[in-house]
Amino acid sequence: MAAAETLYDVIRRQGITRRSFTKFCSLTAASLGFGPGAATAMAEALETKERVPVIWMHGLECTCCSESFIRSAHPLVKDVVLSMISLDYDDTIMAAAGHQAEAILKETKEKYKGKYILAVEGNAPLNEDGMFCIDGGKPFVEKLKWMAEDAMAIIAWGACASWGCVQAAKPNPTQATPIDKVILDKPIIKVPGCPPIAEVMTGVVTFITTFGKLPELDRQGRPKMFYSQRIHDKCYRRAHFDAGQFVEEWDDEGARKGYCLYKMGCKGPTTYNACSTVRWNGGVSFPIQSGHGCIGCSEDGFWDNGSFYDRLTNLHRFGVEANADKVGMTAAGIVGGAIAAHAAVTAFKRVTTKREKADAS
Amino acid sequence: MTIHETLAAAAHGGKAVERQSIYVYEAPVRIWHWVNAVLILTLALTGYFIGSPLPSVPGEASANFLMGYIRFIHFAAGQVLAVFLILRVYWAFVGNIHARQIFHVPFWSGRFWKEWLHEVRCYTFLARQPKKYVGHNPLAQFTMFLMVTLPLFFMVITGFALYSEGAGRDSWEYALFGWVFSIWPNSQDTHTVHHLGMWVILVFVMVHIYVAIREDIMSRQSIISSMISGERLFKDRED
Repeated sequence: MAAAETLYDVIRRQGITRRSFTKFCSLTAASLGFGPGAATAMAEALETKERVPVIWMHGLECTCCSESFIRSAHPLVKDVVLSMISLDYDDTIMAAAGHQAEAILKETKEKYKGKYILAVEGNAPLNEDGMFCIDGGKPFVEKLKWMAEDAMAIIAWGACASWGCVQAAKPNPTQATPIDKVILDKPIIKVPGCPPIAEVMTGVVTFITTFGKLPELDRQGRPKMFYSQRIHDKCYRRAHFDAGQFVEEWDDEGARKGYCLYKMGCKGPTTYNACSTVRWNGGVSFPIQSGHGCIGCSEDGFWDNGSFYDRLTNLHRFGVEANADKVGMTAAGIVGGAIAAHAAVTAFKRVTTKREKADAS
Repeated sequence: MTIHETLAAAAHGGKAVERQSIYVYEAPVRIWHWVNAVLILTLALTGYFIGSPLPSVPGEASANFLMGYIRFIHFAAGQVLAVFLILRVYWAFVGNIHARQIFHVPFWSGRFWKEWLHEVRCYTFLARQPKKYVGHNPLAQFTMFLMVTLPLFFMVITGFALYSEGAGRDSWEYALFGWVFSIWPNSQDTHTVHHLGMWVILVFVMVHIYVAIREDIMSRQSIISSMISGERLFKDRED
């Protein structure tokens, strides 16, 4: 692998002269109000600080995360991959192959012990000792554990690595298991979505490389800056929700007018993601904008939660398929019937007892 | 507890009727009961329409706020219910012994379960004479604990957790109740269990009203009027 490139090397490679570089450092130091020594310290830091090495591994997945990632517009993915991070290993897009590629893993693990980021796309199937996903002649789960040992942190890309996704759908024959259930002793950043938004992915990477630390995470381990609000909270159709104006069926008047898709099973009210603000394809659109409800692809268990077009979730318990209201109404109906029957028996008993008493006296 | 034994000669009858009345339900308990009744009805109705909204309203979005009002009523009623529940818990500590009854089940008491079984037998017409109780009978206590007290706490907790989704991650609601999403990471599931909780309470309401009316007619003590006056009136003096 190439000698570690510093940020200074990258700056020079982009055609910026040494003179401009030192000018930049002194100007920045002055504008931030630092003392006279700061410019030199800053220049030295940029000259010595190595780009963060990133190892990108692929487990049980569909590569939609990579497909999304390479379409990032802000920042452009070329800037991320070529300038901001040192993407040392990604078996899908790297030039090296075979033993040559695998050797990089060992080298990175030794050379950057505790300093590299392990980005994992997909998850590890644990059933049959992990035989359902073989990577480089070994079960993926072994490779994952081996590389995780010396990583600084792990990024779990997508719904697969974060929650399990469709390969973990019931009954989950391969026992596909999200990363945080396999690696227990490392900080894990979940970036869920199927796939996650490109700008969210590069945004997370940019944050780590810029500040040298992990972004603030929420209770579920997702970066707060992208996952602390629901689609519903920032949806441009929210006004129609509050007004009580809904699409009642596909292609009706409400659909043409752009009413709220709540009744069509939109999962926006229960989905934490940045789609309604960042949007997709460089900010062009997102599902709701193109007239289809959110399917909640960044939420845990979305693949097992019934139809994408139901508002109320179907319960798959006791072999019955019904939503909470159907279950409740059935229960209320049975109890209502029982009450009526009980009242009838009570009345009958009362009459007969009275008659007995009357006969006795 | 105070026992007023009144030997009242009925004004027009002349024959002395022996009556015993006991003060059971103190004012805070009675107020809580009726406030709860109104709130639960409101919450169930508005909650149902949040899950399955009414047909779309015509006109511009800016001229309408139907869903907003329904949700507002639901949230407001929910918060009032929570406050009254807290006050009720307080009263369980400072009120009389009957104020504590629905907050526990004497699980390890053999006598409790024996009498519980007797009540079950009475309601299934296997035993004839139900025992008399000053407060709730064991079966009632058991049912109320299981289908009112616990579900109410459950609904308040999950309700505030769901409310915190809109209130934001910096809200006190999220700080206090955000842990619910550690149990159900996908709040879609939290919505579902919140729905089921409503039905548990509604089924209880049905049984509760039926049994209260039935007992008022059949048994030898007052039931419905007790929740208004607080006095339990016994109509005869057998055990």
